[in-house]
Amino acid sequence: MAPSAERILEVRDLVKHFPLTQGIVLKRQIGAIKAVDGVSFDLHRGETLGVVGESGCGKSTLAKLLMALERPTSGEVKINGVDMAKAHGPTLKRMRRNIQMVMQDPYTSLNPRMTVGDIIGEPFEIHSEVAPKGDRRRKVQELLEVVGLNPEHVNRYPHQFSGGQRQRIGIARGLALQPEVIICDEPVSALDVSIQAQVMNLLERLQNEFNLAYIFIAHDLSVVRHISDRVAVMYLGKIVELGNDVAIYDRPSHPYTQALLSAVPVPDPEGREQRERIILQGDPPSPADPPSGCRFRTRCWKAQDICAEQEPLLEIRAGGHLSACHFAEEHDVIHV
Amino acid sequence: MNNPSVDTHPLSDEVGQEPLLAVDNLHVEFVTRQGLVKAVNGVSYTVNAGESLAVLGESGSGKSVTAQAIMGILDMPPARVPKGQIRFRGTDMLKLSDQARGQIRGQRIAMIFQDALSALNPVFTVGWQISEMFRVHRGMSKRDGMKKAVELMDRVRIPAAKQRVNDYPHQFSGGMRQRIMIAMSIALDPEVLIADEPTTALDVTVQAQIMELLAELQRESNMGLILITHDLGVVADVADKIAVMYGGRIVEHAPVHDLYKNPGHPYSKGLLESIPRVDQKGQELYAIKGLPPNLLDMPSGCAFHPRCPYRRDNCVTDVPPLYEISGTRGSACHYYREVLDGTVG
Amino acid sequence: MSNDTLPATAPAQPVRAAKGKRPASLWSDAWYDLRRNPVFIIGAVMIALFVAISAFPGLFDTVGVDPSTCSLAQARKGINGEHWFGTDNLGCDVYSRVIHGARVSIIVGIVSAAVTGIVGGALGLLAGFYGRWVDVILSRVAEIFFAIPSILGALLILAVIGRDNAGISSVVLALALLAWPMILRIMRASVITAKHQDYVMAARALGAGSGRIMMRHILPNAIAPVIVVSTINLGAFIAAEAALSFLGVGIQSPQISWGLMIADARNRFLEAPLPLLFPALFLSLIILSVVMLGDAVRDALDPKLR
Repeated sequence: MAPSAERILEVRDLVKHFPLTQGIVLKRQIGAIKAVDGVSFDLHRGETLGVVGESGCGKSTLAKLLMALERPTSGEVKINGVDMAKAHGPTLKRMRRNIQMVMQDPYTSLNPRMTVGDIIGEPFEIHSEVAPKGDRRRKVQELLEVVGLNPEHVNRYPHQFSGGQRQRIGIARGLALQPEVIICDEPVSALDVSIQAQVMNLLERLQNEFNLAYIFIAHDLSVVRHISDRVAVMYLGKIVELGNDVAIYDRPSHPYTQALLSAVPVPDPEGREQRERIILQGDPPSPADPPSGCRFRTRCWKAQDICAEQEPLLEIRAGGHLSACHFAEEHDVIHV
Repeated sequence: MNNPSVDTHPLSDEVGQEPLLAVDNLHVEFVTRQGLVKAVNGVSYTVNAGESLAVLGESGSGKSVTAQAIMGILDMPPARVPKGQIRFRGTDMLKLSDQARGQIRGQRIAMIFQDALSALNPVFTVGWQISEMFRVHRGMSKRDGMKKAVELMDRVRIPAAKQRVNDYPHQFSGGMRQRIMIAMSIALDPEVLIADEPTTALDVTVQAQIMELLAELQRESNMGLILITHDLGVVADVADKIAVMYGGRIVEHAPVHDLYKNPGHPYSKGLLESIPRVDQKGQELYAIKGLPPNLLDMPSGCAFHPRCPYRRDNCVTDVPPLYEISGTRGSACHYYREVLDGTVG
Repeated sequence: MSNDTLPATAPAQPVRAAKGKRPASLWSDAWYDLRRNPVFIIGAVMIALFVAISAFPGLFDTVGVDPSTCSLAQARKGINGEHWFGTDNLGCDVYSRVIHGARVSIIVGIVSAAVTGIVGGALGLLAGFYGRWVDVILSRVAEIFFAIPSILGALLILAVIGRDNAGISSVVLALALLAWPMILRIMRASVITAKHQDYVMAARALGAGSGRIMMRHILPNAIAPVIVVSTINLGAFIAAEAALSFLGVGIQSPQISWGLMIADARNRFLEAPLPLLFPALFLSLIILSVVMLGDAVRDALDPKLR
């Protein structure tokens, strides 16, 4: 099913600062880690938005904000028009039925003391209005079947399954409440290569079957390209480039996206000498003290005075998609 | 294990046809509660000076256990090596005394690990840890050792090495810590460097930096490099030749270009087809069906047969030998010709 | 799509298991270790015997003799067919008194360990889970109790309660009052580790309330160290009861306690060593067996040793 134009999730100016405090008795704030610093995007029904970036860029904090596991410092996360960031109690609980997550590590994301049946059945226990008690076991078995596991294994414990199978259990748990949005936080990066493809195909099949919208967070650009309709590139708490997959991968205009893409190892030794390599110097600066103006300027080969003075806004620039660079310029780096 | 008559032989530097490092029919088993785990079942490969060999495999394929056996850092028990040789410049290291092996380990064969943070001691400065290599093995003074440490940190391109030599590991980023590990591993000019998933824990842009650094260091010093990884992309970027492991065996070995252009084993072929590519958007991914083998209960015949689209009856019964495809290539598949021709699958 | 459906086969991850890095499951692995540990088996058999003795002391009595059959004419007799362990200063049978004295030790030990485990565990769970001011208050209160030297504190508490009210429950109260802070600290640390696990985050994302998260997700994953320490505490409590009774502030006559028997026999130890030696021997045996059990349980459950 193709993504529709109906906006299911609207994120506006989302900010999360973690205060840095000093002192034991009298705590005073000496600064803040600007983990997410003004992020806005929409997600449409049935669509996949990929979010890529390196560690520390704020993508995991973004996932927690979207799941209302962290409260934002400011900004909105609207699901079907209602702001989840300000919801509490029963309202928030009801909203959670609409947005669920699949986590990275299949070993730590399942409670080792619970059987698979209890793990997948827990959503029904928490939201008892979704399924009557007598119906739950059957529903759990149906879910196991949907994710490609043997429904007879409901009484097994997580340690009796392999990593890929555990990830399927985590996906079944996320599907139980029939959410409209699923946040996938690095769902395949902990899996073996031959298993990654199985899980990615499963996610795609489920999307078509249930018309799900995904936020697909990953550091692996190849994986993100494969599954995403649109891609957002994050750097130090901000989206630096946002567009459909062709725009981002074939016509990137932000230098950071270009560097990121050029660094991806392509499984093809043919022409590895000719392939353009933009090797970035140094590490990303600390999110507690980001550079003025453009945050990427300290590692950017195009940086000029204006980059330190004026923050480039995320707007439509060269290439015809959103990019936050004063000197945005289309440049295909991955096709030689 | 300990054969005193061999102990007395010094490692001779003059070698004839013998490669720098040769693993020959190596077997490694673990004795566990659940039974005997055969982690490595007859692995052979060679590395020459200046050559990079990539050992590709998933978790449980035996790629890391083989490397640990080369380094002599396997815990025995539960591990044991019932069969095989690991020859370094012609001498079987498995027959050497612990002392003689200690002379090789870290000095002539060095290793870097995936997790640089846990491999570094948090209570000593990085300079102290790098210089320790010189103090312990070369008997250098503290001051000279520190000077060498700064040189090495420069060599692995840590900016402002002089100022940072007295910093502690946690003050460095992941990429910088991996550079420090590399500095320590090349401190004594090893002849072979084993890198076990050196970039897996790092970000893409940092990965590229580290791989480039490794390639450069190798060129400068003409080391043999064994790169252990699960990432086909990384392999394509740096390796000369590649050995694909599955279920404790090498199922295919080939010059890297040949393997990527035309894989000769259904497993390598499946892996190549199953990875998404950044430079093209495909439809549904090809997925190798099923699960990696359970080492406690290996499938009969070819270990890959339950997942293999080329399977015939004899795959279930006969263990395929490593068929020679050409002088430099081999495949452990009864039907490697069909795989190469791409007639099925 | 045919690739999607695959049967869940037997336990995968064999190499992990082989290297012992990740236990298959904490409790089943622990039980596997325990069953094969001779220290555990000896300790468990001895404890079982002591529990049986304290539950049904009558079964172990010799024919026609029980602790109440005392006669001064029979005082300080040696070992004989009727009095297996001889008699004490008052002519009472030492064997039957030792048998009937086991009950106090076992009850004080188990009840104190259970009370401290439950109280300290519950408060530790709350302190660790809620953090902030709940943690500050509970932890400070615990520290105050923690600072009191144990035997001295128990002496003081029992002195306040007074001899007339002294008995098993007051000894338990005194011991538990001083020991719960240790359990609180252990539980709190273990809860803090557990509450940052991914599966707790997953439960919160599903909308689970605090009660469910604590009881279903955190408690089962945080309780192992408390069980280990409680087992070890059991031995300490038994020893403490004997000490308090010996000092005259614990169990009072006519109740029978090994500590009391040792105190009564000490004045005439040189003439009649048996009334002191046998209760002391049994006391040592029971503590030894609890310590063995505790050691074995710690080895099996302590994640740091895995």
